[in-house]
Amino acid sequence: MTDNAYVARVENLEVKFVSRESTTKAVNGVSFTLKEGEVLSIIGESGSGKSVSMRALMRLLPSKAKIGGEVEVNGKDVLKMSGRELTRMRGKEVSMIFQEPMTALDPVYTVGDQIAETVMRHEGVSKEEGLKRALELLEFVRVPSAERRLKAYPFELSGGLRQRAMIAMALSCRPSLLLADEPTTALDATVQIQVLILLRKLQKEMGMGVIFVTHDLGVAAQIADKVAVMYAGRIVEMGPVRDLLRNPLHPYTQGMLASTVHGQDRNTDIEAIPGSPPDMRNEIRGCAFAPRCKHATELCRTTEPPETSPGEGRAVRCHLVSGMTGAEQDAPAYA
Amino acid sequence: MSNATTSVPSGLDAGGLDQLSPDVRSYWQMVGFRLRHDPVTLFFGAVILFVILAAIFAPLIAPKDPTLTSMIDRLKPIGYKDYLLGTDELGRDMTSRLIWGARSSLLMGLMPVVFALLIGGALGVIAGYVGGKTNMVIMRIMDVFYAFPSILLAVAISGAMGGGMLNGLISLTIVFIPPMCRIAETATTQVRGLDFVEAARATGGGTGSIIVTHILGNVLAPVFVYASGMVSVSILLASGLSFLGLGVAPPTPDWGLMLSTLRQAIYMNPIVCALPGVAILITSLSFNMVSDGLRQAMDVKL
Amino acid sequence: MVTKEKSADTKARAPSVEVVPPGDPRDRGGPAQPMFMVRDLKKHFPVRGGALNRTVAKVLAVDGVSFEVVKGETLGIVGESGCGKSTLARLLMHLIDITDGELIFDGEEVGVRNGIAMRDFRKAAQMVFQDSYSSLNPRLPVEDSIAYGPRVHGMSKKEAKNLARELLGKVGLRPEVFGPRYPHELSGGQKQRVNIARALAMSPRLVILDEAVSALDKSVEAQVLNLLRHLKRHFNLTYVFISHDLNVVQYISDRVLVMYLGEVVEIGPVDEIYAKPKHPYTRALLKSRLSMDPDERMDEAPITGDPPNPINPPSGCRFHTRCQFAETLCKTVAPKLPEGARPSDHVTACHMYNQTAGHSLFGKVPPAFETPVAEPASSARVAAKA
Ligand SMILES: Nc1ncnc2c1ncn2[C@@H]1O[C@H](COP(=O)(O)OP(=O)(O)O)[C@@H](O)[C@H]1O
Ligand code: SF4
Ligand code: SF4
Ligand SMILES: [Mg+2]
Repeated sequence: MTDNAYVARVENLEVKFVSRESTTKAVNGVSFTLKEGEVLSIIGESGSGKSVSMRALMRLLPSKAKIGGEVEVNGKDVLKMSGRELTRMRGKEVSMIFQEPMTALDPVYTVGDQIAETVMRHEGVSKEEGLKRALELLEFVRVPSAERRLKAYPFELSGGLRQRAMIAMALSCRPSLLLADEPTTALDATVQIQVLILLRKLQKEMGMGVIFVTHDLGVAAQIADKVAVMYAGRIVEMGPVRDLLRNPLHPYTQGMLASTVHGQDRNTDIEAIPGSPPDMRNEIRGCAFAPRCKHATELCRTTEPPETSPGEGRAVRCHLVSGMTGAEQDAPAYA
Repeated sequence: MSNATTSVPSGLDAGGLDQLSPDVRSYWQMVGFRLRHDPVTLFFGAVILFVILAAIFAPLIAPKDPTLTSMIDRLKPIGYKDYLLGTDELGRDMTSRLIWGARSSLLMGLMPVVFALLIGGALGVIAGYVGGKTNMVIMRIMDVFYAFPSILLAVAISGAMGGGMLNGLISLTIVFIPPMCRIAETATTQVRGLDFVEAARATGGGTGSIIVTHILGNVLAPVFVYASGMVSVSILLASGLSFLGLGVAPPTPDWGLMLSTLRQAIYMNPIVCALPGVAILITSLSFNMVSDGLRQAMDVKL
Repeated sequence: MVTKEKSADTKARAPSVEVVPPGDPRDRGGPAQPMFMVRDLKKHFPVRGGALNRTVAKVLAVDGVSFEVVKGETLGIVGESGCGKSTLARLLMHLIDITDGELIFDGEEVGVRNGIAMRDFRKAAQMVFQDSYSSLNPRLPVEDSIAYGPRVHGMSKKEAKNLARELLGKVGLRPEVFGPRYPHELSGGQKQRVNIARALAMSPRLVILDEAVSALDKSVEAQVLNLLRHLKRHFNLTYVFISHDLNVVQYISDRVLVMYLGEVVEIGPVDEIYAKPKHPYTRALLKSRLSMDPDERMDEAPITGDPPNPINPPSGCRFHTRCQFAETLCKTVAPKLPEGARPSDHVTACHMYNQTAGHSLFGKVPPAFETPVAEPASSARVAAKA
């Protein structure tokens, strides 16, 4: 598309929500890049800024949100786009799927009409052509008896089918970037895996870039090429999915892995991270994780840790890691 | 379990004290805080206060007798002699009449809403909480009234009962009961289905106790906000009734009535004739703005 | 690596269901009397429609469920959304009327004239709801929410408040700091601790936890699970733990009950169910768990399709539309759980396990997992490789 090979490039993104009573610093200096055909998974607890970071890519934020930094999609500066350019970009170059498809689908139109409408709007084709494409798309996302489902209203579909319909709509204009905000979280286990496998297949077929927000490490393991872990509006650790899940370096990532329930012995406590995430309305000094971190030192509480790269494609923000010598990189001395 | 300690370890501290603002604020303190930091609402609140004070202290601050007529000084413009806001078609002092008029206008604006709030609110909470047949009966009756436009209904009831302030008050109250009931019913139905009410039932709480402890507090805010918005409607409707001769009877000063009698003189002295209308507008607008501000201030982050 | 490999052999644990818990002065029926006996419980919700608002269909939310809750155990209930878990919880709590069936709490029937008094039942059984925006009254300080139950049962204002504060301490929240706060000031995990304290304020015997940790973040979920385990010992509680998260249920439960479309399809001790699941649905559920190892990605979903609508459930075995072993028999005859099973038995409602049913796979059912040991998640392997 351009000489820039990145589908998305975010540099030092900051998002603040300003209201009369308080200022919430939802995102504080987030940077990442996404290549064509790559799947980035953003992991973090609720309120860590995952959704906000992702929405900033489409500038889908309320007007009280103040966005700073650089956001590029397909080499174009999103923050400088006019309203017209934004509408053209949304749905065509970038589209989004949500946790609850009911909120994204209009309850008073049939699924077919909605998909056809999107196609017509972006490609200027006739209604007939639009409906034909809608049928193809439903078949593409493996909706059984697609012809019949075309005429169904969203509430007539089960959760899994609704999610597929939303995916069909999002993919209708072959976007180069798909943003997915916990699209499988509300689904049942047996359906979640179906949708994840489908998304992975479609992503491969279409070669699009995907940013997949989730709080579930298992979901990230299923779908991601690389993973960014967010805490309190910052990316605290980023790296290829294998390295990051097998050898997490940041104490928060390690804590997340340890506290995820997966067959621990029932006679012992799960290693939980104590406390709760900080309130983003307050000023945070030093490392945001320090109040909950068992390795925290005085330095952590006063100085924000810089980003260091302990290995190929990896980045960590932790004084412990940045203080280590190269030889100890993959086996943290404190474990 | 091998971990045979029977005491709950304090090491489980959920911490997160950094999360909490340092001082404890009750709900109403928070509402107060928000209102204090809302200049628009404060301004319109001050306007309402001003009108209320004027109404209360009318005998003290009104420069002249509002019923004193003068055949010479009829329909004089603003600032004529010592008539600060001119005179009406019978030569009465507009300033004094406007100040005195605030009394009946405010009364007609507030009382029907207060009564309707009590009656309609109670019916709505009962209908919403008890549900089933009770709900159906109450709400179907309300729907009957709801089918008519409020002004028509008010005119019809007042017409049937005859004019006068008290009858106007009653008819307006009847007009406001159905919407108030509807709001309270909707809010109650919503709250009733929430988990915390279910939890209260699970601890064995009775209907009355649950309504008082868990329902009213959550229903009050939306009903209250709605009611404060209704005040402006009530002022306008009351003015309308007076205008049609179904409300306050002359020579009592009343904004609606004044507007009605002055309308023949609109071409002679338009500014003075418009004054009662301006008073109605400003007062009802203020109530509306305050209602808006209240809604924002009373909003809980659930 | 922080993910410590905990004692690898979780099976070495004694089957706790056989252990009769120490007597409790509040026991009515003696220690061996089940805490709860549920017999053929049904709840059908009418679906109204048409001009006259007539009942046009029924949702078979809970349809003939029988099981026992043993004193001192944690019974996990799993199943997909809409399979009737929450309805079952509300039925057990007697928050909604039952359509049919019997509920026997500690030897006395619930909701009948000469059964247990409602007042006593309300104290003895409590429920913790999912943390949602509505689990706590937004206009009450949390200590008042906790104190409400005891107040209703006649405790003085002061006593109830002291109790509320004591319980806040027990759930790990500093009483003087958190007591006067409003729910919106608290994080999800803190609110859930308050919800637990509210249930404990009645000093219950049985606590029903309906998706109590499902809305929490993982690190907080772990804290609350630990807390629940400790409280259970401390207060000598019995839990019914409802969740859709199979890993959490495995960790917390002694026995597990699997529901599908309003029916119990399998019930038994946790380790047996997780290692050797019988019912094809249980197998699919267990196989749908996501591994945390990127090298163990699934390319084929264990089963396809969504759970059918409970308004018109499939005939015969309700799972036959998605079952890979379904035979003609399954479409017409509904399989039943074997009668007279003890709580420690592992039983399933599937023709493949019933000699007299005539399913061709009887006695020849392939094992669910190739390796005999059901390794719950592959983290162990992840750790080993790291
Ligand atoms: N519209 C909004 N107005 C004010 N604050 C918001 C808004 N949307 C999100 N936030 C705040 O931004 C922070 C990050 O939110 P979000 O990105 O949704 O987190 P996540 O997706 O990781 O759960 C939170 O503190 C949240 O309260
Ligand atoms: S910088 Fe310090 S406090 Fe922050 S994660 Fe690293 S060790 Fe912990
Ligand atoms: S009874 Fe038949 S359809 Fe049902 S689970 Fe067993 S084999 Fe499958
Ligand atoms: Mg989110």
